[in-house]
Amino acid sequence: MSLIQHYPDRPEKVYFFGTCLIDLLYPQAGLAGMRLIQREGVQVIFPQDQTCCGQPAWNSGYRNETRAVVLNQIRCFPKDYPIVVPSGSCAGMMRHHYPEVFKGKPEEALVNEFSQRVFELTEFLVHVLKIELKDLGEPVKVALHTACSARREMGVADEHEALLRQLGNVQLVEQARKAECCGFGGTFAVKHPDISAAMVADKAQAISDTGADQLVSGDCGCLMNITGHMEHQGIGPRNHHIKGQHIASFLWERTHATKS
Amino acid sequence: MQQKAEFDQRVQEALNNPQLRSNFRIAMDGLMEKRSNAFPDKSFMEELRVLGSKIRANALAKQPELLEQLEANCTRNGIQVHWAETIEQANRIVLEIMERHNATRMIKGKSMVSEEMEMNHFLEAQGKSCIESDLGEYIIQLDHETPSHIIAPAIHKSKQEIAKLFKAKHPDIPYSEDIETMTRSARQVLRSKFYEAEIGLSGVNFAVAETGTLCLVENEGNGRMCTTVPPVHIAVTGIEKVLEKLSDVPPLLKLLTRSASGQHISTYFNMISSPRKPGERDGPKEVHLVLLDNQRSKIYEDDELFDSLRCIRCGACMNHCPVYTRIGGHAYGSLIPGPIGSCIEPQKFGLDKFGVLPTASTLCGACGEVCPVKIPLPKLLHRLRYEQVRDDHTGATNGQGSQRSGKEAMIWKLWSWAHANPAVYRSGTRLASLFRGAIPNKIGPWTRVRTAPKIAPKSLHQLAREEGFDHE
Repeated sequence: MSLIQHYPDRPEKVYFFGTCLIDLLYPQAGLAGMRLIQREGVQVIFPQDQTCCGQPAWNSGYRNETRAVVLNQIRCFPKDYPIVVPSGSCAGMMRHHYPEVFKGKPEEALVNEFSQRVFELTEFLVHVLKIELKDLGEPVKVALHTACSARREMGVADEHEALLRQLGNVQLVEQARKAECCGFGGTFAVKHPDISAAMVADKAQAISDTGADQLVSGDCGCLMNITGHMEHQGIGPRNHHIKGQHIASFLWERTHATKS
Repeated sequence: MQQKAEFDQRVQEALNNPQLRSNFRIAMDGLMEKRSNAFPDKSFMEELRVLGSKIRANALAKQPELLEQLEANCTRNGIQVHWAETIEQANRIVLEIMERHNATRMIKGKSMVSEEMEMNHFLEAQGKSCIESDLGEYIIQLDHETPSHIIAPAIHKSKQEIAKLFKAKHPDIPYSEDIETMTRSARQVLRSKFYEAEIGLSGVNFAVAETGTLCLVENEGNGRMCTTVPPVHIAVTGIEKVLEKLSDVPPLLKLLTRSASGQHISTYFNMISSPRKPGERDGPKEVHLVLLDNQRSKIYEDDELFDSLRCIRCGACMNHCPVYTRIGGHAYGSLIPGPIGSCIEPQKFGLDKFGVLPTASTLCGACGEVCPVKIPLPKLLHRLRYEQVRDDHTGATNGQGSQRSGKEAMIWKLWSWAHANPAVYRSGTRLASLFRGAIPNKIGPWTRVRTAPKIAPKSLHQLAREEGFDHE
């Protein structure tokens, strides 16, 4: 994204949109994200009526079916607090695609106002909270996979890296073709499983080749795809599959004793 | 759903061909690196891309007037202009020109529009010979193949495969895997063809309305030979190639060569402005321009999809596409492969024929990021996904609604209902957490290469409640 994003001052309260994938499969990542924000003295509100951003239907071409789901999310976050999302993909949907979903519809203005309040977690930590992390963990070699939507749609690849670089005992290693897609692509992995499998095999190999102990990503879709493949194939150093973690869990686990 | 089955079949074949996989991977890595090196200054690149996209958008906005101006100025320059709405008409025009000259032999420079017309087949059926003189096109013509890439048509072949092909087709030339030696032998075979041909055919990269000039970008010199050696030159192009002004050319040329092959400029850049004039010693005696529509006007009607007509055919979107890199060009089953092909071909030939192509993308955005004229490729692919399943029968796209299946539509309706109703959603996730042990560890093709995702014992909704995050 070449557009310059304007960030608000540190708010008193934020909303947290957990994403459906985190809700069901990686809830600790969501919890870690909320705790990281809370630790900075900002109140975090998790509205219980939230469900899914609507991206699966949207990317499959079902626009009417998307609208009903989007309107539910918009109803959940009525006040003018920032909405923090621990996923580049869902944040991209909510910030950049919601206005398209409702272009020319009566709800357009409401949706645009909502979209401007959406922030991906790492950009929020870096630019709004200006978080300073102190690493309490053991030395570890980490590979970072940044989701395509985080990199290209939200433009937060640098923010992911900047947070990891704050951790003194973390050695960040770079895999070959790091900006290449892992092959998840939501329904793509279901509709074109063979192409997706070829892509994830290459990605897993590239990560494994770095000798990293651990894989970190800001998006659980990619994580589920890559670590799922590593587990299945037994890919990793010394024949152990590489542990995969959401960046929020990773940051929280390595820093949380400081204030607790 | 036959197109999907056929596509899957081609994908399987490509993925299971290690030689093909390696040929594409190596070639695409090389092309990506070359492009990146050609734009060391990212702000220079961005400014140029903005300028390029404005030039193309402007030309498209004024296309009807510019085409008239192009015709008038070409005609004034002595270039004979022909309009073809369909590929049949375009082929017929070319044939008539050949017959008027009692011509049987054509030498061709690289032209994707002539591929679109399947001109070689058409003319050969009429007893004419068409020889491709671009090295890549020459190679695939020898092997009776179609291009697998728009600027590097034989990129799917390794040099060893080409060496074997040359040996099979020209047994008298000694076997060599040395690229320069092979190129020289092709040159030797082709040289006489230029002199024998009564007709030279080329494509057009930019047609300048202001001056009636046809611009041709090439690296091998064969384009210049095709357009100057035979007595008659026929240029074929799509109507969207028109530009307003001569000054529009340099920025687009800079973008084209850098994006395509990482070159600051191509080895040859030809500007064809007229046939041979009285007193001139060389050049063709006749120059013809065939302007092909073939559904372009229909694409033009849609305010969003018409951005796909901005394309200057550099191939950068396919070079950077992780799907194209894995499956190669032929698997797409369309003339133009890769992201731009997946936008254009379904619009031209119908979503009923090529609807699978817009789904064969992860929407990773790599294509849109490198497009020199900033075509929002992911957005257009996305729009076509909508077009193929919408059921309101109001859009203009060919084959609209053709990929809609009752079952899939029902699934999305149910999905929408569950995610628009928080109580339903929460009951669903609660059930999933409760019965997570009952979730099978084999879920369709997902688990062929991956372990099944594991549902957590407690959802984030539940954890957030327990930790007091659920209220103000």
